[in-house]
Amino acid sequence: MTGNATRGFSYEEDLLFERSRPGRCGVELPRNDVPEVDPRALLGALSRDELPGLPELSEVEVVRHFTRLSTWNAAVDLGLYPLGSCTMKYNPKINEKVARLPGFAHAHPFSPASETQGLLALFFELERCLAEISGMDRVTLQPAAGAQGELAGIMMIRAYHAQRGDKRTKVLVPDSAHGTNPASAALNGYEIVSVASGSDGILHPKAVAEAMSDDVAGLMITNPNTLGIFETHLAEICDVVHAKGGLVYGDGANLNALVGVARPGDLGIDVMHFNLHKTFSTPHGGGGPGAGPVGVKASLAAYLPTPVVERAADGTYQWNDALPHSIGRLHGNHGNVGMLVRAHAYIRALGPDGLKRATQLAVLNANYLLARIRGAYHVPYANPVLHECVVTDRMLAGTGVSTLDVAKRLIDHGYHPPTVYFPLIVNGALMIEPTESESKEGLDRFADALLAIAEEAHTDPETVRSAPHHTRRRRLDETRAARKPVLRWQPGGA
Amino acid sequence: MRYLPHTDADIREMLARVGQPDLGALFESIPAQFRLTRALDVPAAASEYEILAEFEALAAQNEHAGARAWFLGAGVHHHFVPSAVDALISRAEFYTSYTPYQPEISQGTLQAIFEWQTMLCGLTGQEVSNASLYDGASATAEAVLMALRVSKRRKVAVSSALHPHYRGVLETYLAALDFELITLRRGSDGRTLPSAIDRETACVLVQQPNFLGCIEDLRALAHAAHAQGALLVTAVAEAISLALLAAPGDCGADIVCGEAQSFGVPMAFGGPHLGFLTARMAHVRQVPGRLVGETLDADGQRGYVLTLSTREQHIRRERATSNICTNQGLCLMMATIFLALHGKTGMRQLAERNLAKAEYAKARLRAAGLTLPFAAPSFNEFVVQLREPADRALARARAQGIVAGLDLAKFVPELGDALLVCVTETASRASIDRLATVLAGAGA
Repeated sequence: MTGNATRGFSYEEDLLFERSRPGRCGVELPRNDVPEVDPRALLGALSRDELPGLPELSEVEVVRHFTRLSTWNAAVDLGLYPLGSCTMKYNPKINEKVARLPGFAHAHPFSPASETQGLLALFFELERCLAEISGMDRVTLQPAAGAQGELAGIMMIRAYHAQRGDKRTKVLVPDSAHGTNPASAALNGYEIVSVASGSDGILHPKAVAEAMSDDVAGLMITNPNTLGIFETHLAEICDVVHAKGGLVYGDGANLNALVGVARPGDLGIDVMHFNLHKTFSTPHGGGGPGAGPVGVKASLAAYLPTPVVERAADGTYQWNDALPHSIGRLHGNHGNVGMLVRAHAYIRALGPDGLKRATQLAVLNANYLLARIRGAYHVPYANPVLHECVVTDRMLAGTGVSTLDVAKRLIDHGYHPPTVYFPLIVNGALMIEPTESESKEGLDRFADALLAIAEEAHTDPETVRSAPHHTRRRRLDETRAARKPVLRWQPGGA
Repeated sequence: MRYLPHTDADIREMLARVGQPDLGALFESIPAQFRLTRALDVPAAASEYEILAEFEALAAQNEHAGARAWFLGAGVHHHFVPSAVDALISRAEFYTSYTPYQPEISQGTLQAIFEWQTMLCGLTGQEVSNASLYDGASATAEAVLMALRVSKRRKVAVSSALHPHYRGVLETYLAALDFELITLRRGSDGRTLPSAIDRETACVLVQQPNFLGCIEDLRALAHAAHAQGALLVTAVAEAISLALLAAPGDCGADIVCGEAQSFGVPMAFGGPHLGFLTARMAHVRQVPGRLVGETLDADGQRGYVLTLSTREQHIRRERATSNICTNQGLCLMMATIFLALHGKTGMRQLAERNLAKAEYAKARLRAAGLTLPFAAPSFNEFVVQLREPADRALARARAQGIVAGLDLAKFVPELGDALLVCVTETASRASIDRLATVLAGAGA
């Protein structure tokens, strides 16, 4: 064993409902100082009597339950979490503290601008910083996640064409794109045209030119792409799309490879989203909340979701609802504000030099890791990589060990596996993003684990194929879960 | 930089290993003319001390529910949150993990989602719950898109008493698609009239309680919808009401969606909150978002996994049920803990307390000579008609440390000078008395 996973103190834990005992409760309300109201008498059949599905537990039982559940999770604070494209970097603790300040955490979105100047000032400054980092002109902070940002961005592209009376029906998406790209364009009613990447893993102007027509609203592109490779021809590709009246959407999932080094706006991107939970260190929360602000060039500013924050001549901040060509509202309120506060604290902590340094070290880490494991794992593309690298299981052919097995065996070494089987254009892909948070010795241990597994695939493949061996649950039967779905607990079983 | 572990010696060794002379050389795949040659124009790096001071100063400029008597709701509600909620979601294993793609090392998150799904099904009277959507507004848009897929029809009949921001987001989501929105009028009692529903209607969308606080007769609306073969979609913006009002699913709602911020999630100026969606098992393959299911591991032990993922964008791409990927995992965790702490007894008591406080406030406002225009019963929110412009009344209340409600002038102008007032368990009798006095102030 080369990793540092050990067996610790570990508890089985039933479901809340199985621990429940009639008569227990984990909260007490203050004494009631107003007359009681009998809901049945007031509301009749509009009210209910039973609350099925809720348990009865004391506070200590609830605390133990969730504390025990927490110990079954891998997490960034426990160790390397190299999920490619997800950018599982360290989540600074000061960010958590400032987001909980009462003036942020207990503020209400309907409080007037005059009573929430601190928040509006933060919005204004964060927008300015994101615009500067990306080379865009305006930013909306409203989208709640990257995918909602994509939706907003494509809506703005659609509104732009519609205002010109230009009915375009298609969107180009490279075959290496995240699934959210085609899904977001489809939600806008567009037909998706897949564009093949070249044999060097990047998109070529010729392929885009062949797919481009007066009927294409735009191209969605991730840069660096999901192979971690910079789209070297991007500026020329943008010219090809623009020449036919189309616009270019930039998926900002991998912006962390460029911050302080190059700006998507300078390359010709017209609209892009930022994943604050990737590049800007807000925690991933077990699957959100994220935040997906969108930046646009001035040509698209008229279509931004409303309301937008503006600074008046007297230095105060206001909401502006009056954007006649706006795509409208994306969020019930102002977006995932708690995440905006955290992201702003991150930008403040790093400053211009720190932001660039983080980018450089993220890229150094990915390249170093690749250099360490090259030879044991197949590297499908020769191009230099930036913040992440993709390798495959091809060199394990004949052992019976696949990418999935390598991923599961990494767990026994104490590591969360990389993203697997993505991008779809690479067979057996392992997409590894170490981020700048990892030290050299941490990367060395991880590389040693990957090398040990490659070796073990030849010497003892069965151990790899039956991994993980040290987790509280062994491999789970996903086919069974999907064939007869049990999606909730019911008394006496489903 | 304190977040970066590399020493200069590390960097030198690593560069040597990758065969590059310096850090800049790592970026040579970027054409030279696009490489930034200046520093970013963002503020200089700040220490932790400085960040805290700067953010405290910004936070101090915002009014908040901790320092005022608070009667402003309208879809974002001020409730007490037990200390255990924040203590538990501050476990790094919860908040610094990601989507449970690797179930063997994500059982904590997966089991909690399964528990959430179970509790939401019970509260809404449904058979399947997803693992959250962004917020109540987008969950409502997703619910309507789902109803359109299920029914294969093209008209959506929307209650005029739907939260205006939910309506706004729905219009944004549907703008590019070939569907028609029809507005259902409101009766004089404040409830939605089941008119204008026909054989082309895909779904009827109503909010419960509605934006004006009135409790809808869901059974009647479900009957009217189902008679035309349409689905009933019920949006819930105040989730505490689910513990007291008849479960929407039991009243005939086919899809229940909405906002669960009231279950322990801070108001936070509007987000992150917690969109939810529950439905009938018959429609499970049209549900958007993540689902967690029970299964067995290789040793036959019970465990949980993400399931039915062929509905989702990472598999189905442009034919997915939604484009959603990351959702609101940690907010779901807050709500699951909140519900577990309260349980059957606590949730019922909490809902009854909200009802009692609001009924007391209604009685006091009536006694102060103000009019409550709607006869329909309410839960913890209601409309009060003023005798002066609402902004004037709000300003006078603010001067006394009271945030008295939402001025409806912009949202429901036909009501004239009216406020939407929300009274939760956090309001004391004394603060309600002060509210009545200050709102009655003009001409009392």
